[in-house]
Amino acid sequence: MFTTPGDIQTPVTKIMLQPYIKTRSKLLGAIRHFFEERDFLEVETPVRIPVPAIELHIDAESSGEMYLRTSPELHMKRLLADGAERIFQMGPCFRRGEKGMLHNPEYTMLEWYRVNADYTDMILDTKALIAAILKEVSGKTSFVFHGTEVQTMPVWECMSISDVFMQHAGWNPCLNFDPDRFDVDLVEKIEPSLPKDRPVILKDYPAELAALAKLKDGCPNIAERWELYICGIELANAFTELVDPVEQRNRFEHCLSQRALLGKDQYEIDERFIEALEKGIPPCGGVALGVDRLLMLMMDLFSVSEVRML
Amino acid sequence: MYGASDLRKGLKIEIDGAPYVITEFNFVKPGKGQALYNCKLKNMITGATMTKTYRSNDKMDKPELAERTLRFSYPDGDHMVFLDENYEQVSISNSVLGRLRHFLVEDISVDVLFHNGQPIEVTLPNFVEKEIIVTEPGAKGNTATNVLKPAQIEGGYEIQVPLFVNQGDIVRMDTRTGEYVDRVRR
Repeated sequence: MFTTPGDIQTPVTKIMLQPYIKTRSKLLGAIRHFFEERDFLEVETPVRIPVPAIELHIDAESSGEMYLRTSPELHMKRLLADGAERIFQMGPCFRRGEKGMLHNPEYTMLEWYRVNADYTDMILDTKALIAAILKEVSGKTSFVFHGTEVQTMPVWECMSISDVFMQHAGWNPCLNFDPDRFDVDLVEKIEPSLPKDRPVILKDYPAELAALAKLKDGCPNIAERWELYICGIELANAFTELVDPVEQRNRFEHCLSQRALLGKDQYEIDERFIEALEKGIPPCGGVALGVDRLLMLMMDLFSVSEVRML
Repeated sequence: MYGASDLRKGLKIEIDGAPYVITEFNFVKPGKGQALYNCKLKNMITGATMTKTYRSNDKMDKPELAERTLRFSYPDGDHMVFLDENYEQVSISNSVLGRLRHFLVEDISVDVLFHNGQPIEVTLPNFVEKEIIVTEPGAKGNTATNVLKPAQIEGGYEIQVPLFVNQGDIVRMDTRTGEYVDRVRR
C-alpha cells in the first residue's frame, strides 16, 4: 500500500530538515531543465577511474587500485569523440587535501560540453544558465550576498588576465610567466579588486595554466580559458578545448615532469583519452561549474560546508 | 620551524623578530593554481594586524615564548616589581602593563608571557577588589545600578560606579573590561 504524502505525519523531520536540502533540489532541477530545453544529453561517467586527469596542482584521492575522479572531463570528451554533440553531467568530484571556506575534498561539479563552439560561446551558455537557475529557484534576476545585491542580467564584463594584472599587480603574466607570483597576486591583489555586485569574467590565461585548453591562434603564450567570478568568488572555468592528440600528450608529459619536481604523485597518461583525440573530436567548448559554491552564493552563506551534509 | 600544515587559528609564529598570533586562517586555491594559506596575524607586542599568504612549502619561525606566574610586590617609578617562585625580582614596565597596572593589589598572582626573556603580555585574575578613595557621597536608599557616577580607586584610576557606592567601600572590578562589577563591603 502506498500512502499519499498528506497521510505521513512527520513534523519533527520537517523542522530538522536544513533549508539548503530543498534549495539544492530546486537548483539541480533548474540545471536539468535548462540543458534539456537545449537538447543536451545528461550523461553519467565513472566516478572511480584507473587514472585521473593530469594537472599540476590537483591531487587525486586513491580508491583501492583506482582513483576517485577529480573531474569528469576526460570521459566526457571521449563521448564527444563517439559522436555526442551536447552533453552535461552533475556529480561528485574529489580532490585530496582541499579543505577551506570554498573547498571541500568532495564536491558537486556541473560540466557541460558542446561541439562547434569556443570559449566565447560558453560565456553565453553560462549567462543564460545562471539567469534560468535564478528564475526557476527564486523567480528573480538578482540575489543578495553578504549585503550586496548581485545583478546577473546586465552585460558580463570580460577582462583579460594581462589587463587586470597590469592594473592591480603591475606585471603581465602572459609575457613573463612566474607561477608562484601569479597565484599569490591573484589571491592578494586581483580577486579582492573584482566587482562584487555583478558577475565578471577573467579570460585569456597564460598558456602554462591550462593543460587542456587550446592556445589562441597566433598567440602561443595565451590559452583560450576563462574563469567566472561572482562576488569575488571563482565559480566556473571554461576552455576552448584542446583537441590535438600530439600536443595534449606533450602537455601531460610536461605536467608530469613538473609534478615530479614538486615531489607530487605520478599518474599514468589516460591512453583511452588520447585515442579518442586521435579518432577525432570536433572543435568544442566546455565549462566546469562548482554547484556547492553557487548554492552557497544563492543562499547567502559563508562556506560550502553549510550546503553539504557532514 | 613550522610548515604550512601546522598553520591554524591561534598558532604563534615569529616574523622579523616579532611574535605574531594567527587570528584568522583560510585555505585558498585559485583555479589550476597552488594551495595557499591566507592568514590574518596580530603582533603580540604592538597589537598591529596584517595579512600574509603562505605557500605549501613555506616555513615559519617558532617564537621563543615562555609563560610564568609572578606575584606583585611594589611599584617603582615607571615599572612594577614582581617576585617569582624563588623570590627573585622581575620588573615589568608600565607600558607593557597598560591599564592593568591600576588593578594590581599586593601579592596578587599574574600570568606573564615572555618573548626572548622580555615580558610582553600580562594577564590578571578576572576580578580584583579595590577600595574607593574618592567619590561624591552616596544617595542613601538609591539602589539603582543603571545610574552611574565617577569614582577613583586606590592609585587614582577613575571608574563609573552606581550612586549608592561610598568612599571607603570595597568594590569588585573586572580586569578585562576595567569596569565596576559589584560592591563587596562598606
